[in-house]
Amino acid sequence: MSEHGGSTNGVISAHLREEIDHWVAKFPAGRQRSAVIGALHAAQHENGGFLTAELMTAVAEYLHLPPIQVFEVASFYSMFETKPVGRHSVSVCTNISCMLRGGEDILAHVEKRLGCRAGQSTADGKFYLKVEEECLAACCGAPMMMIDHVYHENLTPKKIDDILEAVKD
Amino acid sequence: MSTPAPSIPPAAGAPAAAAPPTDPNVVNVEVNGVAIKARKGQMIIEVTDQHDVYVPRFCYHPKLSIAANCRMCLVEVEKAPKPLPACATPIAEGMKIFTKSKRAISAQKATMEFLLINHPLDCPICDQGGECELQDLAMGFGRGVSRYTERKRIVKDKNLGPLVSTDMTRCIYCTRCVRFGQEIAGIQELGTTFRSDSSEIGTFIEKSVDHELSGNIIDLCPVGALNNKPFRYNARAWEMVAKPIVSPHDCAGSNLYAHVLRGKLRRIVPRDNEAINEAWIADRDRFGCYGVYSNDRLQQPRIKRDGQWLEVSWQDALVATVAALKTATKSGGDQLGTLISPSATIEEQYLLARITRHLGSNNIDHRLRQRDFRDQVSDPVAPLLGCSIADIDTRQGILVVGSNLRMEVPIVAHRVRKAARKGASVAFLNPAEYEYHFKTAAYVTAGDALVANLGAVLAAAAAAAGRQLPQHLAQATSGVNVTDAHRAAATAISRKPGLVLLGQIAQRHPQYADLRALAGGLAELTGAALGYLSEGANAAGATLAGALPHRGVGGKDVQRAGLDAQSMLSNPRKAYILFGIEPSKDLANGNAALSALRAASVVCFTPFVTDELLDVADILLPTATFAETAGTFVNAEGLWQSFDAVADLPGEARPGWRVLRVLGNELELTACDYRTPSDVAAALEHELGTAKDLEPGTTVYRGSFAPGAGAVGAALAELDVPIYAIDAVVRRSAALQATALAQGGLRGGV
Repeated sequence: MSEHGGSTNGVISAHLREEIDHWVAKFPAGRQRSAVIGALHAAQHENGGFLTAELMTAVAEYLHLPPIQVFEVASFYSMFETKPVGRHSVSVCTNISCMLRGGEDILAHVEKRLGCRAGQSTADGKFYLKVEEECLAACCGAPMMMIDHVYHENLTPKKIDDILEAVKD
Repeated sequence: MSTPAPSIPPAAGAPAAAAPPTDPNVVNVEVNGVAIKARKGQMIIEVTDQHDVYVPRFCYHPKLSIAANCRMCLVEVEKAPKPLPACATPIAEGMKIFTKSKRAISAQKATMEFLLINHPLDCPICDQGGECELQDLAMGFGRGVSRYTERKRIVKDKNLGPLVSTDMTRCIYCTRCVRFGQEIAGIQELGTTFRSDSSEIGTFIEKSVDHELSGNIIDLCPVGALNNKPFRYNARAWEMVAKPIVSPHDCAGSNLYAHVLRGKLRRIVPRDNEAINEAWIADRDRFGCYGVYSNDRLQQPRIKRDGQWLEVSWQDALVATVAALKTATKSGGDQLGTLISPSATIEEQYLLARITRHLGSNNIDHRLRQRDFRDQVSDPVAPLLGCSIADIDTRQGILVVGSNLRMEVPIVAHRVRKAARKGASVAFLNPAEYEYHFKTAAYVTAGDALVANLGAVLAAAAAAAGRQLPQHLAQATSGVNVTDAHRAAATAISRKPGLVLLGQIAQRHPQYADLRALAGGLAELTGAALGYLSEGANAAGATLAGALPHRGVGGKDVQRAGLDAQSMLSNPRKAYILFGIEPSKDLANGNAALSALRAASVVCFTPFVTDELLDVADILLPTATFAETAGTFVNAEGLWQSFDAVADLPGEARPGWRVLRVLGNELELTACDYRTPSDVAAALEHELGTAKDLEPGTTVYRGSFAPGAGAVGAALAELDVPIYAIDAVVRRSAALQATALAQGGLRGGV
């Protein structure tokens, strides 16, 4: 039992519990629902890039929330994956600035290189090519992509090959 | 979270000068050119509703929080740059509101066009058709022909369990069902998942909705997305006739409408009554009715001759009944024992009590599951709630003793939750842990030791108040182990106004007398009211009508008390009358009772025929279930509620009061020429005089029973009757029996 009283069900590690407690502490007592996004981010990160039903239930129990309220948040935000995906998340921006600078071709090249379509993971489970819904806010460096929260700008096919090659398992 | 109740009467038409010009709580607005005075803080839609100005809406519901997500209630407000949602716009001084202006109507029409983009328009195969808010508003605000030619989105149906059917493609995302879970039920089972045009209403991982009030989302759903599953494709809304009835399953007396088609009960929906059930009913009330049409309905009177059952005419059956009763009582009336269901109407209770006493017996009882009658002389005139149902909301301190409250009387449990959410301290003292979706001030899990733990609460309360307890309570409160939980419960019930509620587990407890004396002492000490959650729909009525061994009509003591429900079975009688009872399921120690019944001559008034009744009975008389007879129930606040018969009886079955009247005549009972149930009720009322008018607060304990320390055990499984096993009709409702509450021992979601 932690100070928040919720059970961890054996699913939440000590480190994850620390992370969640860190987020809970930022809000007034009794407002732990506000910590859901932070908690889910931490849980997803620790689980290799995606959330499971078990994990979401455990977060809900730990925060004393009905599990549906956690799933509402997890399914609403595009940065949470509620199905198993590859370990490294790749997002290619195709919004206006990137589109004008050839973002669509960049995406096509990434698809060819990874051997999977946007929204799919590679067969070896190393990469997940996300469908990007909105501008990633790096227009000055268009075309761009993001791999595991790191921005790569002014892309060319050659540069992409090098970047993907350099990603460790 | 719920919006403030619109309690201030409309001020329209009141002379303008009457209101002080500076009253800060009155706001002057104008709706469609008419000047109106409204209460500060009201939303536009509350003001227009009060003044019968119609504003279309889907997501707004007066009992739920404001979501403002359907946008159907857009109205024009002078000086506002765009139309505003009437449900979420507070009124302001001088505001000019136009609900039917060109701008308002065009905003409403545009909203409707959006809502219909993805709606399947499958009204001809939709159960909601004919009573659909979307259909109605589409008539008023929709276009004749859709401009939308693209493909409509499809949403997969969810399986919410045996009670609620889903057609999620029809959903318009008003989120009333989601808010109901959060705010009324207290546990959010449904949610809005995914986002934007992929939004869906559903559960997390496929699971059923299990709350005992969850059927209300069917009424809340403004479209055909959530519907009554057992009723699916049974009838069209416009074919049925809605007839007012009263809930037969618990002591709240929830108001219901029975929807009847060609004499058959098709479904039950709530009848709004702010003083009792507000806009809600329990699932037991809504889905229990399907048990009426169980295959084992008794269609024809039967008598047992030489071990063989024969179907006979009513005349032969009554002749046999009279003979059996006369034979058994020839050597003394006390050879007869009468047991009547606490859910029988007051007319039936009164007639059967008259007949039993006419035959010289006082052995009549409706307290079928009670085990301890030692202190019955101290019973109140009727087992009432201690305050009105609506008053529970306003209690500051509540202590519930021996009650699986949510399962026993869901509507009262809802009121208790409302009180807690308004800041009341609610404490429980129960043999087991039951789940409540609010913060309890204390929860004492007493196991077998209910009496000792209640003694500890009383000792803690006495210590806190610095007062001496009366002599008869001394033994049970001295030397008890008082813990923090007991002290917290004592603190809770010391808040005023307070209410101690004795639940059904307490009343079925083998030491009920001890519990009641302690609860009475606690109520007296803290100035709280003492209330009872009685069994069945009409325990108060049964008590008034004299269906008790020690009391006649209106609580008048009888000369020599008869045998109570337990004693008349443990001291076998020659003959028994059972009215609306299945012995092994409705009686405490029911299985033990069977041998006494088997050896006696038994007359059963029953809607259903079971192997058990065929085994123990000698005469079976087919009677009505709740919807097939007229009558009166007296609820837990002492309110008399009469209703008509709404459905046809199967075969030769007859309403119980009618059979009893004829039987009374055959037995030469005087003044038994009643022609209608109202004649019976009128006769009882006449006999009762002023005793008829019950005040729910007249339940003060005046006895001086000395609670002992010795513990008598009874298995919790026997004391806590599951929610859907409470009476014969509910036990036959296939839909209710398929729920998680009935199946998985989800006794209140422990």
